[in-house]
Amino acid sequence: MAETLTDERRAPQTGRAARRRRLLRDNVEGWGFVAPATILILGLAIFPAAWAFLLSLQKWNGFSPTQKFVGVDNYAKLLSDSELLDAVGHSLLYVVLFVPSSVLLGLFLAVALNRRLRFIGLYRTAIFVPFVVSAATTGVLTNYLFDPQFGIVNNVLRSIGVPQQGWLTDPAQAMIVIAIMSLWGSVAFTTVIYLAALQDISAELIEAATIDGANRWQTFWNIVWPELTPVTVFVTLWQFIEALQLFDLVYTTTRGGPLGATETVVYYLWDAAFHKLQFGYGSAVAYALFALTLLITIGIVIYSRRTKNEAF
Amino acid sequence: MTSLLTNAKAADISPPVPTAHKHRRMSLWHLFLFPTALLFAIPLVQMFLASLSPQAELLRFPPPFIPSHLTFTGYARLFASSDVLLWLGNTVLVSSVAIISNIVLCSLAGYGFARLKFRGRNFGFLAIVATIMIPTQVLMIPTYLLFSRIGLVNTLGAAIVPWLATSFGIFLMRQFFLSIPAELEEAAVIDGCTRLQVFLRVVLPLAKPALATLAIFTLLGAWNDLIWPLIAINDPGAFTLQLGIANFQGARRTDWALLMAGNVVATLPLIVFFTIAQKQFVATMTLSGLKG
Repeated sequence: MAETLTDERRAPQTGRAARRRRLLRDNVEGWGFVAPATILILGLAIFPAAWAFLLSLQKWNGFSPTQKFVGVDNYAKLLSDSELLDAVGHSLLYVVLFVPSSVLLGLFLAVALNRRLRFIGLYRTAIFVPFVVSAATTGVLTNYLFDPQFGIVNNVLRSIGVPQQGWLTDPAQAMIVIAIMSLWGSVAFTTVIYLAALQDISAELIEAATIDGANRWQTFWNIVWPELTPVTVFVTLWQFIEALQLFDLVYTTTRGGPLGATETVVYYLWDAAFHKLQFGYGSAVAYALFALTLLITIGIVIYSRRTKNEAF
Repeated sequence: MTSLLTNAKAADISPPVPTAHKHRRMSLWHLFLFPTALLFAIPLVQMFLASLSPQAELLRFPPPFIPSHLTFTGYARLFASSDVLLWLGNTVLVSSVAIISNIVLCSLAGYGFARLKFRGRNFGFLAIVATIMIPTQVLMIPTYLLFSRIGLVNTLGAAIVPWLATSFGIFLMRQFFLSIPAELEEAAVIDGCTRLQVFLRVVLPLAKPALATLAIFTLLGAWNDLIWPLIAINDPGAFTLQLGIANFQGARRTDWALLMAGNVVATLPLIVFFTIAQKQFVATMTLSGLKG
């Protein structure tokens, strides 16, 4: 920047005009390349995000001509909304059920799949294919597999003498079923991330440990696991954010039931906005959840920078 | 995330070549991998079997593990009683438009942000990266309001427009263009090519792997998307497959053969693509991690 300024000052009048023309041409050309995509993305993200914030300060059903400005009332209401607090509890239950198991199973599968074995291609395909299956299909499939009367899960249990379970119809089991099927569809993600990371660990490092007399178990815990820390922090955070936003699978299985046991925060927000038409309050819920995830993310990024684990 | 994305090696996860000649003896890992792989395969196997089962057997108690014979009556009922072919057509249309649009717009923008110098470049790119952080739930309500004002509600446009360009796509393409040497392009510029010509003739042919990743990412996202069609489309004529199968399971609660036939129609194309291009799919998963 400083250089261009001195350059300009030194240049004669005509040179400056030519330079300005060239700068203009560069700007037009540059924006010509980036403008279509940039306008679309900003128009469908930054602009609605700002609009949602304005909405969160209003009481409005989305259709009536009067939008009442209520300031932070919607946010104050969040804390005393017992149904929302229940939904937060359900989301956290899902986080606890889903996040650690998706990270640990992903790590374990990656370690298992990271070798030359007969049938390894088949194993990989079987574990990775569910990733392309949509939430809607997974939901319908879950209803079928876990159907108390006709589903294969109870059928298998029955044949080994375990009594019939309620699964999605049982408030104590419904979230577990959702977490299991969610894991089925998404553990491929943590697995491929760990696989990529495992192959980044240099063979010399592991060889050196082996020469020093470490067995495989010691090599894993003392060499491989510490090397994987940045990846572990990253996938844990990623899965945590995903888990907090659980909606699709709830919509296609239980619709928040039974007895509200699987009503997550985003399901509650969707219901508030599009069934009860509380557009202002719904936006406040959305922003509160956004702020919470942002705070946790920033916290983890700062922490991992401080401890120099190189995750970010 | 950036370190993963910028590391080209990260996308290739084929198993390591063994350093020494080892006997291919029966490894203990099979004891873990075989049952696990089987467990992962069961839901989809069940889906295909149920779609081909006689409906009466699926509602017998206790249900048989294997159907007595295979039949297409589930599919026949599906095609006769629902607009599933229309929904399939809608989904194919939405996904194709999304893929083409992403390839064109994101590679143009990615190239602009990677190579061209213009006022506002860094700010523009930063704003795009920032949008990756904004979660869907914040955008649901205003996007619905926006779509209803510009007349997109109850049209396929509501399913298409959110997928026309993606911030991940721009990010991906920019990273890719930064990784190829600029000398190639400079030579073409000296030869008198315009920027657009350089982009189309020199740069884009090199970008095929990145474009494949972008296409797969967009395909998975647009094909499987539920939330945007759900909030903005109520008209069954504009249903996508996902919306269709999510909705008609309410009306046909226990017609499992029909419901699973619908699932197969919605899933089989992606499974076929996956088995054909597994390597590219896995690379995309490694780079993105976005689903739904």
